[in-house]
Amino acid sequence: MTDVYVPWPDRGPKQFRGPAKLIAALAVSIYRVFRLPIRRLAGLILFAAVGGGCVFAWAVFLLFRTVLQVQAHLVATGEVPVGKSIGLEKLRLGIEQLELLTPAWLLWPFQWLVVRDVIGVIGAIAFVSLLAMYAIWWERKTAGHIQSRLGPMRVGGWHGWSQSLADGIKCIAKEDFIPDRADRPLFRLAPYLCFVPVVIAFMALPFGVYWVFRELDVALLVILAMLSIDVMGVLIGGWASNNKWSVYGAMREACQVVSYEIPLGMSLLIPIMVVGSLSLSKAAEFQQGGWFNWLAWHSPWTFAAMFVYFIAAVASCKRAPFDLPEAESELVAGFHTEYSGFRWAVFFFAEYAAMFVVSGLLVILFLGAWDAPWVALAPEGWKDGALWQQLVYGVVFSGPLWFVFKCLFFIYLQMWMRWTLPRLRIDQVLYSCVQVMLPLTMLVLLCSVFWELWLPSSLAAFWVTKVISIVLALIGAVGAIAVLYVAYAGFSRRRALVGSQAVGRPLPGG
Amino acid sequence: MLEIGLSHYLIVSAFVFCAGIAVMTLKRNAVGILIGAELVLNAANLNFIACGRYRVGGLDGQIAAAFVIVLAAAEAAIALAIFLSFYNSHATIDVDHGDALKG
Amino acid sequence: MSLETVVFYIFGGLMVVSSLAIVVSRSIVRSAVWLLGTLVSAGVLYFLLSANFLGAIQLIVYAGGILILIVFGVMLTAKSPYVRFNARPREIAITALVGVILFAGLSGLMLATDWPAIPDAAPEREVRPVADIGRSLLTQYLIPFELVSVLLLAVMIGAAYLASPEKK
Repeated sequence: MTDVYVPWPDRGPKQFRGPAKLIAALAVSIYRVFRLPIRRLAGLILFAAVGGGCVFAWAVFLLFRTVLQVQAHLVATGEVPVGKSIGLEKLRLGIEQLELLTPAWLLWPFQWLVVRDVIGVIGAIAFVSLLAMYAIWWERKTAGHIQSRLGPMRVGGWHGWSQSLADGIKCIAKEDFIPDRADRPLFRLAPYLCFVPVVIAFMALPFGVYWVFRELDVALLVILAMLSIDVMGVLIGGWASNNKWSVYGAMREACQVVSYEIPLGMSLLIPIMVVGSLSLSKAAEFQQGGWFNWLAWHSPWTFAAMFVYFIAAVASCKRAPFDLPEAESELVAGFHTEYSGFRWAVFFFAEYAAMFVVSGLLVILFLGAWDAPWVALAPEGWKDGALWQQLVYGVVFSGPLWFVFKCLFFIYLQMWMRWTLPRLRIDQVLYSCVQVMLPLTMLVLLCSVFWELWLPSSLAAFWVTKVISIVLALIGAVGAIAVLYVAYAGFSRRRALVGSQAVGRPLPGG
Repeated sequence: MLEIGLSHYLIVSAFVFCAGIAVMTLKRNAVGILIGAELVLNAANLNFIACGRYRVGGLDGQIAAAFVIVLAAAEAAIALAIFLSFYNSHATIDVDHGDALKG
Repeated sequence: MSLETVVFYIFGGLMVVSSLAIVVSRSIVRSAVWLLGTLVSAGVLYFLLSANFLGAIQLIVYAGGILILIVFGVMLTAKSPYVRFNARPREIAITALVGVILFAGLSGLMLATDWPAIPDAAPEREVRPVADIGRSLLTQYLIPFELVSVLLLAVMIGAAYLASPEKK
């Protein structure tokens, strides 16, 4: 009769055995040794790691290009038939003839497309994961600063820089909970259905000249397709959870994203029409030559399209103020209510990666792709000059680094909006899409068509459009500087803005 | 077997077509029947594009397929609107219940 | 074995398997997820057939639009995820018979037919630029193009009318 039902019997702490014990002991001892230097020099280590990663990526990129160059040279001189693998001697010969310094054994494995593809995919996944991890940390810091807090400050020492790392380890170690009556296979599939399309979108997104996984003539369409397949994961996840809040979240996602896809696609048509190609690299090529050549200031209509696109993109990434699918205050957590552990983290990876992709489209199609605003000032010949010249050119004037910077700026804007604006209601979201954004986009599209085709091609009209575009460029410059200044002003006063409770006395526990 | 030709694509599309027919006959749910119709249209599209690539040349096959895709989108939109209004009046979309003439 | 062969067998196989799974699966949402497999592999096969534009359109319109509409329709009309079809054995037998006979007949016919060769000796392997498709849509295929656009407008109005809550 003393039998009492205990739902979760106390099992005691989990004991690791075998290799797990060894790894745990190793991790603890490494932690003991490196704890102090990591805490002291955390910022330095972080920046060194980022810089090292960039240099490593650049080295791999150079290697790929060298391989292609040598291959093309050997095929052109008739040493090697097309499509056949190259032996080490032939490779050495080609390198000598081209007067390169790369050792042949280093080049040899990269001659196969499969090897380069696998490295590219691994690179894309690594970039997405790191980006998502640090964007989550950044978002928490931003949220803190906007709300007069400091955000995560403890983990790792310097401004809580390893908070996301700790969260990631927690998410992996956590129990992956599947509700009893959920549709198990679909429940497991859904996060990956969200994540894989975004990674595929990265395959078509160029980061710089030649910095693209596959050069497609329909790159834009592929990226848009991947962004819309992304919705399927949310839908299936919400449905498979068998929870009414999840289903509500999924349905909201479906109506919201499907309706915002129309203004999204139509506003992208405008720069595409000016450029005359669906290839993103062509669009970047079109905007060479610095700030005044960027498509955003090409005409009043591209300028308007940029804002329409940005709003539609925020809505299709389901970020606030359009985060109806996961509205915490109404739907618990929307479509990912039932998710926990690693699968939950995968949803977030997909969300931050999608934010980067839509920002990337904005940057490529409106804001000069990977060029700095002052790219016109670059000295002649540095683009293909010596290695150090290429490095300086890539860092200061035009390169993937600039592309990532610009995208991060727009990710930051999205975060800023999320913590500033209140959430809309679902009927307001749909109203603003169907009755405001859609007619506006159509109007802009029509005006843009007239602007491009029917404007008289006289000299006077040419100068009028030129002056308008210069005025728009100046407005854009002032706007960009103002936004950056406001961001900086808020950031530099963050300590003063923090509530008096947190400052002035030591945090409990050191 | 290793050199991919027209017949490979034709076999795949024939299979998908038959699967579509089977779905249409087997499912009771109206959305299931719509899924079957989409399968059939996809099989036809694959044939159009494969023949255009391997036999006819040019863009004719691709453009026919593009029209089919547009029509499929229109068909899906209308069909779902009909299903929703059917559901409003019958509280089900089981096609066996759709045998009354009055709405 | 070339890359083309490998990709064809992977995605052709996926297309066949997932279309079979649509027939077999008894839950409508699972059928829709398998339909995603079919549609995406069809898109990849279009890319393989050097119809890049069609592949991208297939992914956008079918996988990103129609499929989501279908799942949305399922969610609006289904009562719970546990609703299953229960086909009678006789129906299954008849469907299987018809399907097998149809497949055998079609594939036999397709393999037996001597398809006329392309007028030029070499089939076009290179990818045609998207601009060509646009140009021929606005010249050679202008009338179907306009008809389709009128049809889309009619469909938009019709769908809005049919789905509107209060008519009469």
